[in-house]
Amino acid sequence: MAVTDAPRIVTSRIGFDDSHTLERFLATGGYEGLRKALTMTPEAVAHEVDAASLLGRGGAGFPAGRKWSMLRKNPVSYLVVNGDESEPATFKDHLLVERDPHQLVEGVLIAAYALQVSQVFVFLRGEFALGLERVQAALNDAYAHGAVGEDIFGSGFSVDVVLHPGAGAYICGEETALLESLEGKRGFPRIKPPFFPAAIGLYGEPTVVNNVETMSNLPWIIRHGGAAFAALGEGRSTGTRLFALAGHVRNPGVFEIEMVKTTFADLIHAPVLGGGIPHGRELKAFIPGGVSAPWFGPDQIDLPLGQDEVAAAGSMLGSGSVVVMDDHTCAVRAAWRITKFFSRESCGQCTPCREGSGWLERIMERIETGSGREEDLDLLLDVCDNIAPGLTWPPQQTTICVLGPSIPSSIGSAIQMFRDEFLVHIKEGGCPYG
Amino acid sequence: MADRDAARPGAGQDAAEATVTFTLDGREVTARKGEMLIAAAERAGTFIPRFCYHPRMSSVGVCRMCLVEVSGPRGATLQPSCFIEATEGAVVDTLSDKVKKAQDGVLEFLLVNHPLDCPVCDKGGECPLQDQTLAYGPGESRFVEEKRHFEKPIPVSELVLLDRERCIQCSRCTRFASEVAGEAQIDFIGRGEEIEVNTFPDLPFSSYFSGNTVQICPVGALTAAPYRFAARPWDLDQVESTCTTCAVGCRVAVQSSANRVTRLLGIDSDPVNHGWLCDKGRFAFEAVNDGDRVTEPMVRIDGELTPVTWHEALERVADGLRSAAADGPEGIGFIGGARLTNEGAYAWTKLAKGVLGTDSVDAQLGDGLPAAAVLGLPRATIDQAATAATVVLLAGDLREELPVLYLRLRSRVVGGDLSLVELSPQATASTPFASVSLRYRPGDAAGLARAMVDDTASLPAGTDPAALAEARRLTGSGPVVVVIGRPSLAEDGRLVAEAARILAEARPDCRFLPALRRGNVLGALDMGMAPGVLPGRVDLDDARAWFAREWDTVPERAGRDTVGMLRSAAGPAAGGSGDPDPTVRVRALVLLGADPTGDLPDARLAGEGLDGAEFVVQVASSTAALSTRADVVLPAAEAHERPGTTTNIEGRVTRLGQKLVPPGQAWPDWMIAAELASHLDADLGLDSLHGVWDEVERLAPAYRGITRSVLEAAGGDGVVAPLATSGVGISRRSVPGPLDPIAFPGVESVERQGAPPRAGFAESPTAVTTAAVATGGEGGAADASGREDGGTEGDGPPARPPLLGVPADLGAPRVPPTDSYTSRLVASRRLYDRGAAVAASPALAALVPEPPVRVNPHDLDDLGVAPGGDVLVRTATASLVAPAVADPSLPRKVVAADFNLPLAGGSIADLIDATAPVTELRLETP
Repeated sequence: MAVTDAPRIVTSRIGFDDSHTLERFLATGGYEGLRKALTMTPEAVAHEVDAASLLGRGGAGFPAGRKWSMLRKNPVSYLVVNGDESEPATFKDHLLVERDPHQLVEGVLIAAYALQVSQVFVFLRGEFALGLERVQAALNDAYAHGAVGEDIFGSGFSVDVVLHPGAGAYICGEETALLESLEGKRGFPRIKPPFFPAAIGLYGEPTVVNNVETMSNLPWIIRHGGAAFAALGEGRSTGTRLFALAGHVRNPGVFEIEMVKTTFADLIHAPVLGGGIPHGRELKAFIPGGVSAPWFGPDQIDLPLGQDEVAAAGSMLGSGSVVVMDDHTCAVRAAWRITKFFSRESCGQCTPCREGSGWLERIMERIETGSGREEDLDLLLDVCDNIAPGLTWPPQQTTICVLGPSIPSSIGSAIQMFRDEFLVHIKEGGCPYG
Repeated sequence: MADRDAARPGAGQDAAEATVTFTLDGREVTARKGEMLIAAAERAGTFIPRFCYHPRMSSVGVCRMCLVEVSGPRGATLQPSCFIEATEGAVVDTLSDKVKKAQDGVLEFLLVNHPLDCPVCDKGGECPLQDQTLAYGPGESRFVEEKRHFEKPIPVSELVLLDRERCIQCSRCTRFASEVAGEAQIDFIGRGEEIEVNTFPDLPFSSYFSGNTVQICPVGALTAAPYRFAARPWDLDQVESTCTTCAVGCRVAVQSSANRVTRLLGIDSDPVNHGWLCDKGRFAFEAVNDGDRVTEPMVRIDGELTPVTWHEALERVADGLRSAAADGPEGIGFIGGARLTNEGAYAWTKLAKGVLGTDSVDAQLGDGLPAAAVLGLPRATIDQAATAATVVLLAGDLREELPVLYLRLRSRVVGGDLSLVELSPQATASTPFASVSLRYRPGDAAGLARAMVDDTASLPAGTDPAALAEARRLTGSGPVVVVIGRPSLAEDGRLVAEAARILAEARPDCRFLPALRRGNVLGALDMGMAPGVLPGRVDLDDARAWFAREWDTVPERAGRDTVGMLRSAAGPAAGGSGDPDPTVRVRALVLLGADPTGDLPDARLAGEGLDGAEFVVQVASSTAALSTRADVVLPAAEAHERPGTTTNIEGRVTRLGQKLVPPGQAWPDWMIAAELASHLDADLGLDSLHGVWDEVERLAPAYRGITRSVLEAAGGDGVVAPLATSGVGISRRSVPGPLDPIAFPGVESVERQGAPPRAGFAESPTAVTTAAVATGGEGGAADASGREDGGTEGDGPPARPPLLGVPADLGAPRVPPTDSYTSRLVASRRLYDRGAAVAASPALAALVPEPPVRVNPHDLDDLGVAPGGDVLVRTATASLVAPAVADPSLPRKVVAADFNLPLAGGSIADLIDATAPVTELRLETP
């Protein structure tokens, strides 16, 4: 396998310094997808997206077209765009909202047209100061340009788009917590069933929630057709995808890569991508799809970057964040650090996550800092089991949302892959990596 | 909440209710459609452990204790049984290893940060966390890290303290505050394990219902200041009773230790309080414990009240009453009675009307409604109001006067099942969720009611025609219940009653719920403690023959009400037209647990009346309420110190529990009347509490059939009188009541509610019907009017008199028009006022506000006074200077103030003229 020469679907403009401006956008095919969509029926637009087999880019990977077609049986009231990208090492939407906000707006409008909704909310992470500024500017420009608002481009279709900044809670990236937050409440996830957004969403109305990257793909898909998108990639994983590469690589960053055709090895080592692991070190492990995903070892580096392929190997492609750990990395400290993040970001609503995350964090801290006990390993796994019964993948859960069962991934992986390292910590009373 | 109500037994239960069948632990179980698994399982006898779930609030599914395995398209998964409806064919496992592991896990998680300070925790011994840890937990914690710490405790309100480290974040308290009380003043702050319940900065949890959060807290996180560290639950002994702080009649568990009440807990009575209490009801017991109690009979000798024996005191009373009756029995007047039990009220009525022969008996103190209206209008139950299409509020602020009735109605209104039409001179707590608020000037209530039912009637000035049209629409169809009370104490009660009468005439299917506030005032009125009526809701003239059969005498003519008695006692100067007999002046007043000085809206009349009376007897329990004019004081037992029955606003008769021994020589009220009769050389014929009730049941037509055994069988929910007409009868639940010890921790015997009847009925799973009771009584078919029952006129025994009907004429006074300089006064009530119950309860006394006078902003502008500045309020006879604030809800030329609260060193009672239809005043700059 190799790095393919696939077209740039969502990052075509980011080479330009003024990629965020309406002028550049219009000069590079901007709003052509929307104009085309408005000449089509909403059903035809949705059909193109279905034909593209565009998998949601937020983490769960549900086909966007299928989500819409399920919904269009009943009228949808709201489209909500999830731009609350807050997980450590996940930063691909960050790029899109700062560097190509008009593309996002155009995608949102195409989706709104396909779903025939007249009200869209774009929920962006509050810390995206520049992104918020640019998306708001793009929306203002788009209103002035006639692309948003009453009777857009004279089509008779009207839609309003409201930008809403998050208030700093990771949990609001969970779509039902996001809806609560949009409604002005605490960002507490809702219980599903029955509160699937498609059935009971924003203000109790049927709601589509889609990710920023998912939306950003739509202008290209409409301009070039769903078939052209589906021709890229393989199997269910079509098109290209943004990967945020972080950790011990020479060249961390966001890369748009054709799905399945490329492997993790390519992503990490190819000179035009990750550029390899610096300082002559070896790969110890990598996280294939964000810090809630189980880890992979070097033996799985040749897995292709495809949703089903990674799932079959026991983890997930998730949000497209790949974290590389070299052989100087302490697995205990890495897992502790991730656990600490989830513990801080647990919303506190339900018991297993609220209490379990803090407990796990403390045990991990104790082991890393030299006060571990051998029985702590079984304890860790059993506490994890009480959050995600069976420790299966995909996980079951005793919690309300999937934040809780995200915690056992790294702890479970670390223990399973590096049990000896834990024991060294315990026996030597501290971290061998210093 | 609303749906929850409907799903509960007793509330609109139809035979044709839809059901689903599912498999619960291998057996087939039937659930109501829409019922949550946790409730369906519980009715089927399977208790699923829980913390956050509460049957009276919405489910949130956060504690995860109630996880069970439910079959689904992707196999069996763990689901919160409080959040999953029972569905047809579902397979539910509550006992599997997976479920057990999840429950163990959740309990261990809950104890991770929960301190094991049970030995010093008030909840220890009745703690759902403690109990369920014993029943379900892993037994031992593997948590060896440091637990989280908080500063402890923090006050969330004047009455409630929070120890945050004990909190398990179940959100019961926050849900109660937001969804039941409608006062979302506490909420979560922080997140993760740092999450805590707290108030908003500088905004205390100032709810009248804050004590409920303590009661439903499943751990010891929330404690009530009066109970904190006061007792251990296993040292407490409990009786069930009914709260008589107001007239809603909430069911309570009275718990005591060493002859002191330690706390009151709400009991879940489905037709009444759903387990909730207001803070006044919950904490006013402090007055019983610590108020300065009258413990001995006293006689005023040389100006000083001096302890004497009961014999001496009663001799003195008998002498005084005899000489006061020299010109006729109307020389004696009885004021008060709302603090009595029904038995006490009957005994005193029999003494006054049946022995002494005076009809001047009035349980209300110029702050109520004409008895003819209260007793004659078709009565609604609280459930009927809650399930009506529209409720018309023609009363004071329900949250201030009848707090739990406010809760019941509010939950239905915000649930979208009930429309509220408010007729009030000023905004109330109900205004924000009322569909329509019609503002009127005092005196215009009847005119407004007329305009609601008659398109051709002229509108009172200032009425919003659009609002009126909406009010007409909402009251035009569907069941309508009118809550009728006193929107203002400075407006003659007959004017409001006239408004109700107009509605009743125009809409014969309309029902009425009297919003009278005093504890057992409805029971006292039912027992005949008002002029012109006799026990059992009958007219004096209609029932004279019936009672003459058993009583020594029956008054010749209708007597005076409280205002009339005080005017007569005050002397000719204060006398007026309408006095039944100006020649027989009231010379002796018997004050039954009442003191007109504080209770009558008109302070001047109260003073003049008491000063003018030659002889004043006061039956009292608290020295704080003693009249300086009392010649003889007779010590009476208080609430919780006497058994008996009480009757609430619905006419619901429930049994009071005795938990304490009365202090000193205090006697139960009925016994004082019986003993006094013997000193008057009469025999009341009442030898025991049971004997009194048997006589009430036999003689008082509205209480026919409500025998002691019926009352006992009905349990805590009681019986609505009269049996045959109410359409409610015995509302005992057709299914066992909640067995859930987690819902209301600390209440010992909730399972007794709804237990199979012990006497008088067959053991049947279905509700005992009204008919069964009515025909079960002596004398065969006894309908409410009793017309089939009696013999013919003349020969044989006299007919059982008919119950009062809608009054034809209430004698409402004409309201003179005002000139453009004159304003009208609105005097409203607050829950915490200077009354004896609050004053003697330290926890509550600190909460008495000192609100300013309220004026329409334009009127304040015209006066040139800035909001907050002083105004001079002047009536024909008195004036006071007080700070005023702008209240845009008030109509022009209406001034509002609160009764029985401090006001710039004075009181609004100094300005109210109880003899005028409305109190008129002028607003000036001081």
